[in-house]
Amino acid sequence: MKKYALFLGCTVPVRALNYEISARKVAERIGLEFIDDNRFTCCGFPVKSVDIEASLLMGARNLAIAEDLGVDICTLCSACTSSLTEVNKVLKEDEELREVINGKMGDVRYNGTIRVRHFARVLYEDFGVCGLKDFIINPLEGFRFAPHYGCHYVKPSEIYSGFDDPEDPHTLDELIGVTGAESIAYERKMLCCGGGILGIDEEVALKMSAEKLMVIKEKKVDGMISICPFCSIMYEGNQRKIEKMITEELGIPVFYYPQVLGLALGLAPEELGFSLNRVKPKKFLEKLKAGAKV
Amino acid sequence: MITLTKSNAEFKYKVVEKFGGEGLSRCFACGTCTAGCPVREIEKTYNPRRIIRLAILGFKDLVLKSDFVWLCSGCYTCTERCPQDVRLTDVMNVLKNLAVEEGFIHPSFVAQIDALKKNGALYEIGDFENKKRSGLDLPKIIRGPKPIQKIIKRTIKKIG
Repeated sequence: MKKYALFLGCTVPVRALNYEISARKVAERIGLEFIDDNRFTCCGFPVKSVDIEASLLMGARNLAIAEDLGVDICTLCSACTSSLTEVNKVLKEDEELREVINGKMGDVRYNGTIRVRHFARVLYEDFGVCGLKDFIINPLEGFRFAPHYGCHYVKPSEIYSGFDDPEDPHTLDELIGVTGAESIAYERKMLCCGGGILGIDEEVALKMSAEKLMVIKEKKVDGMISICPFCSIMYEGNQRKIEKMITEELGIPVFYYPQVLGLALGLAPEELGFSLNRVKPKKFLEKLKAGAKV
Repeated sequence: MITLTKSNAEFKYKVVEKFGGEGLSRCFACGTCTAGCPVREIEKTYNPRRIIRLAILGFKDLVLKSDFVWLCSGCYTCTERCPQDVRLTDVMNVLKNLAVEEGFIHPSFVAQIDALKKNGALYEIGDFENKKRSGLDLPKIIRGPKPIQKIIKRTIKKIG
């Protein structure tokens, strides 16, 4: 059984419990073991804007903890993914900086022995589309989803060793395809959710989210698929606010990918945290029940 | 109107010598960054090419005291497309870091630093959250804020 240190970050264990529940259930079903460690802290992403050295130290410390456990890190949040992957790459390549950071860390030491990957990337690379297909017992035929990649899952591309295309990515589309559902193409696929500036200028941030939601509304999908808690906060948590701002009803359910994959793996909606989704997926669940083979 | 006498020619060197700021001097002002910027699309006063130009010309106060540097959403669209490998997202972070050094930190980041010092993360996980988690069959989380407090105290001296 392949083992990973599950790096939850700040947002998931408090504001995206449906993401955490479904990721854990999916992992269990396909034979991935997650190791939890209470020594993990914030990844360091939020302090990059304030002090880059502080973010390097926070990142290196978390990486060192996973090294101590002797396993790679699996992340759920895309900001954690890019932040930890970047620190890992920089410190692996720059011996001088590595020594400076190690000198300042004190209690733990970073050696550069592990990898950091997003859960979706782990699924894509460790199992692959074909490998995952073997586990599908309830294909979601007749369902259509709009994939939202978010920025940090694929960018900056130089830290991700070419695993997906930063301008026209395909891995999440393929992962949605595995479930038997259709992953639709739409304009503005790579538009940023605006989450990074929600605390700076709420209006601009919400308008960025609104832009994409309006495109997706026209596509008449069963939902949007997210792989980042902050993107979901923007599109789902703030959807009511956005509806008021644009004086238009949207009603677009936003699911975390493992919730949908979980269904295809034969898990029941109750096991996958659908009751915690903020935009209530009533229609979706009815449709599922009507055509369900569960 | 911009008067060059108010500029500080040393400023660009300060940016370039910082980790992530090295690309600043490579900018040839093509505007690919501004053209593709999703924030710019909505907020016309936000113009990454202008910020880079102002930094190169040495208008330190205009750059550091303005709200504009904080408006970068960090999406890396410009970084991916820049033909000169300026790494704008990283340069923006350097500019924000320099703004903090000069005492111009955006209030939302002050709040984030306070939360990190208190919880070791942006959000608190106390008894209430753990009760909710255990009801959902999720493991208990107990985070100690000490390592983060130590890091912040050593690095972010202005507000640490």
